[in-house]
Amino acid sequence: MSERPILLSVEGITKAYPGVVANSDVSFAIREGEVHALLGENGAGKSTMVKMIYGLVKPDTGRMTWKGGDYAPAAPRVARATGVAMVFQHFSLFEALNVAENVALGMENPPPMKQLAARIKAVSEEYGLPLDPSRMVGDLSAGERQRVEIIRCLLQDPRLLIMDEPTSVLTPQEVEVLFRTLRQLSAEGTAILYISHKLEEIRSLCDAATILRRGKVVGTADPKASTARELAEMMVGATLTPPERPAPKDWGGPHAALEVKRLAVASPIAFGTSLKDVTFTVRKGEVLGIAGVAGNGQDELLLALSGEIRSGDGMVKATGVSVGAMGPAERRKIGFVMAPEDRLGHGAAPDMSLVENAFLTGGVRKGLTRNGFINWPAAREFAEAIIKTYDVRTPGSHVAARALSGGNLQKFVVGRELMQNPDVIVINQPTWGVDAAAAAAIRQAILDRAAEGAAVVVISQDLEELLEIADTFAVLNEGRLTAPRPVKGLTIDQIGLMMGGAHGMEVAHLAEA
Amino acid sequence: MLRLEKRPNPSKLWLYGTPVMAVILTMIVGGMLFATMGKDPFEVIRTIFWDPLFGEFAFYLRGQLLVKAGPLILIAIGLALGFRAGIWNIGAEGQYIMGAICGAAVGLAVYPTESRWIYPAMVIAGAFGGWAWAMIPAILKTRFHTNEILVSLMLVYVAQTILAKASTGFLKNPEGMGFPGSRNFSSYPAAANPELIAGSGIHWGVVTALAVAGVAWVLLSRHIIGFQIRLSGQAPRAARFHGVNPSKLVVLCMGLSGALAGLAGLFEVTGPAGQITIDFNVGYGFTAIIVAFLGRLNPIGIVFAGVLMALTYVGGEMASTNLGLPSATIQVFQGMLLFFLLGVDVLTNYRIRTFMGGK
Amino acid sequence: MDFGGINPAILIASLMAASVPILLAALGELVVEKAGVLNLGVEGMMIMGAIVGFMVTIQTGSPFLGFVGGAIGGAGLSLIFAFLTQVLLANQVATGLALTLFGLGLSALLGQGYNGLKPAATGAVPLGPLADIPFFGRVLFSHDWVVYFSVFMTGVIWYVLKSTRLGLILRAVGESHEAAHALGYKVNRIRLGAIAFGGAMAGMGGAYVSLVRVPQWVDGITAGAGWIALAIVVFASWKPWRALIGAYLFGGITVLQLNLQAAGSSIPVEYLSMSPYLITIVVLVIMSSGRGKAALNAPAALGQNFHASR
Repeated sequence: MSERPILLSVEGITKAYPGVVANSDVSFAIREGEVHALLGENGAGKSTMVKMIYGLVKPDTGRMTWKGGDYAPAAPRVARATGVAMVFQHFSLFEALNVAENVALGMENPPPMKQLAARIKAVSEEYGLPLDPSRMVGDLSAGERQRVEIIRCLLQDPRLLIMDEPTSVLTPQEVEVLFRTLRQLSAEGTAILYISHKLEEIRSLCDAATILRRGKVVGTADPKASTARELAEMMVGATLTPPERPAPKDWGGPHAALEVKRLAVASPIAFGTSLKDVTFTVRKGEVLGIAGVAGNGQDELLLALSGEIRSGDGMVKATGVSVGAMGPAERRKIGFVMAPEDRLGHGAAPDMSLVENAFLTGGVRKGLTRNGFINWPAAREFAEAIIKTYDVRTPGSHVAARALSGGNLQKFVVGRELMQNPDVIVINQPTWGVDAAAAAAIRQAILDRAAEGAAVVVISQDLEELLEIADTFAVLNEGRLTAPRPVKGLTIDQIGLMMGGAHGMEVAHLAEA
Repeated sequence: MLRLEKRPNPSKLWLYGTPVMAVILTMIVGGMLFATMGKDPFEVIRTIFWDPLFGEFAFYLRGQLLVKAGPLILIAIGLALGFRAGIWNIGAEGQYIMGAICGAAVGLAVYPTESRWIYPAMVIAGAFGGWAWAMIPAILKTRFHTNEILVSLMLVYVAQTILAKASTGFLKNPEGMGFPGSRNFSSYPAAANPELIAGSGIHWGVVTALAVAGVAWVLLSRHIIGFQIRLSGQAPRAARFHGVNPSKLVVLCMGLSGALAGLAGLFEVTGPAGQITIDFNVGYGFTAIIVAFLGRLNPIGIVFAGVLMALTYVGGEMASTNLGLPSATIQVFQGMLLFFLLGVDVLTNYRIRTFMGGK
Repeated sequence: MDFGGINPAILIASLMAASVPILLAALGELVVEKAGVLNLGVEGMMIMGAIVGFMVTIQTGSPFLGFVGGAIGGAGLSLIFAFLTQVLLANQVATGLALTLFGLGLSALLGQGYNGLKPAATGAVPLGPLADIPFFGRVLFSHDWVVYFSVFMTGVIWYVLKSTRLGLILRAVGESHEAAHALGYKVNRIRLGAIAFGGAMAGMGGAYVSLVRVPQWVDGITAGAGWIALAIVVFASWKPWRALIGAYLFGGITVLQLNLQAAGSSIPVEYLSMSPYLITIVVLVIMSSGRGKAALNAPAALGQNFHASR
């Protein structure tokens, strides 16, 4: 493999933002036709690095060469003209435009729409990624959206394809299809820069790996010859311990702490997914994990449980009380709390201080108001207790929520709910975008609360996380929930089948073709 | 090259510094404007900002200041509550007119009865008139998601037509010898809003405005409703997560701002204006928008901003009579003030950095 | 053919002319909103166009130059909005309101000394033999050039938005500025262009008021037309041809109520003169209550400022 010529070489790149050095003296090289992994935790500087290659961000120092010549793209346009294409993690599709229009926007000189539509069809079939060019992107599943991005790149015959965390939105079957496509591309001579923190994927797909930690290259590896553990330790820089689980305790009583029966609500979100007939129960001390690809109703489920969408009588019962008609504050009052996925803007108000954000949900159970007047000193104490208990790194409780890093804010938001001694707690994506140490702390805190007798629902797209902390496991698929099954004894194939749902048919169809 | 960079925390210094900076910039650019019109900029600025407070006729003009500031503050506080929540009532002028008409109608209906209950009843009717007029956009917004900006504004034009009808029709003074306009309240003591301390300009509207400013400040900083208002404006999804019912908040904020605008109209028509005429309203409902922003949507700030804006009115009139400055100039001046304020506001949330070219 | 003293041919012909100011302003605002910017200063830009156009026509004697001047006046004012919202990231709603307040004041200031003057007439341009067709010739083909221009611009904007790359980029920016930025488009620069275009269109619309509709200079001459133009954009669910229909509807109501007033209708004058505003409200309610396709057609990033942080 190493005899192939070097396509792109990155030499001593440094990029600093105020208060943080995103990349410090980073060097690596990608050979033609190679699948090269850029491995690192959230915040390790992977995204900034590829944005520099794609011309979105300019490095402070250092240089890049392309086939031996100088390469310093001033804009994505230049990068695309050179032969670099990029599939983004999020934020690069337009929901209200159709597939062909979305593709055209990512091209320099797109052909007329009719021809473009024909080419999209042809290329998408060639690579086993069927797509209808006239469909509105907002109506597509996450996997299909990614196809749009990939096709957009492929139509420009790239020499280097950058993929930023491509599998986080895919079912296991869809991952297989994607890998087949990527291997085909690699065989045709296209180099692929593959960014991920998922080790198994990298081991099965990539030829070489560069590992980043806190903006620096900490090593290179041949992923096929390394174990996942070796890679993980290079990436995190420490030995990780899995969360501890106290022995399960019988809390007695037949009553479920949270009972959801035939829950059906319409989605309030444009291009959202309505919930249909969702049924599950969670007992005291039990953790239910709900998996599923993004956009299958996770947000709607949280809204319906939090009370932001009301539901019919008897559809949701918490601690034996029917809460369908209650708003979020009334639900908190009976001990039913939740933490949404989007911490900045939903779970917390970005421009408000941590004290105000502590009051945001803590006001009810912590008794922080009297006759409608807020007891700010008590709210400050509560905020400081959260900061202390959950090790939130912040200069103080007076700072705005937006000033905290993702992991710290997440610890604050989850901690705020756990500190209220809830009987039932629902958390959507507890560790999304959080570094490994913070993620481990959050998982441990959730398990500790469950051990104290709370019923816990964790909605997540991270299968490994769910298998680690959940007792029972279910999958959301296009607004429907599979029957929960015990985690013990569940195989990855069974999970794949549960996640497949409607997508499964498509994959099967593809495999035949 | 200059570049904006988001501050992790809003700057406290600039939060208070920007209004001052905006006033200074407006004086500088306004001065240039006056100079191009052939006036001595220093003299004009002095006439507008200094003379009403400390000049020869200050004893009279200071009173005028409060007369003008009262309604501006009252309306602006109501608007600010809504603006803070992201609810854009810009039809205060219409609510002001309707409040005046409703309140005046109650008084005129019982003319010439004398009773101490008449004025309080008129005040309630005035607040109700403004409230009811603001409820139209509020209910259309909560029921049909209709844009409150456009509806409340359209209703200003409708209110103006009703005002025309009132002054020439149903509220016309039967003893007015055919001239348009209602009876003058200054000759009907039970329904009048007189100056409380001679020469001070203080009437019930001014007293109410200051009281409302205090209450609104406590509401915003200490009460959960104030918290919900601020939260809804800054992070609407977080507000729903907290448990705010957006529809109720719209009804509350629109209703409050409408009622306050209606009150301002009632105090004005029974006091300084004296009667319902086709043009008794002089655009306070629109100027109050500037006052609200100039006061940083903070009730205490609004009190200062209201006085400052009143200064430009009173001083502007002086400049117009003494120096021959066209009266429209002052409107331009006020608009400019708002522009500068909105412009320099960027400093509160962003830092300006210079960086070298070529990178 | 007379109905209660109202000739339908003249009525339709005059409604087309009456609609020009709001149609031009609405088309401009439509483009601005498609780019994701909410400029509430239409009224201010219109009245600036009205006074600048009027002044230029009085000074040069040329109505055509007057319209050019009106466009420049409107665009000039809109650049203040563009600078504040795109560069200094000021709140769009507040800045738009400020623009209207400022425009009303500045136009009154500029208009000193222009009261009572008559501008040179903008003549009708009958389209040759077409104008001789009975009824339709009178209705459709005997207007001044601005009427044709407004219809022409409706078609141009429709075509550009639907079928050109420029239109696609514009829509993309209005849909998701993050995504557009990630693909390398200069979000704020594109929006700046759209804002200036919207200002020019509003300015021309305003010039039509002071040069053709009234035609003289009066303070506050646009009388809320800019706000109705904003309402029409919502009514049209951001579609150019529907903006034309909307403008003609409102033009029709205005002309009809004026005609009814002149014809001595039994409906009180006050109700007639408030009718355009009330009907605007009713239409807004109808359009916004159907939360289906119309709501989805609204640009998703409307009213949000964009700052590329990383």
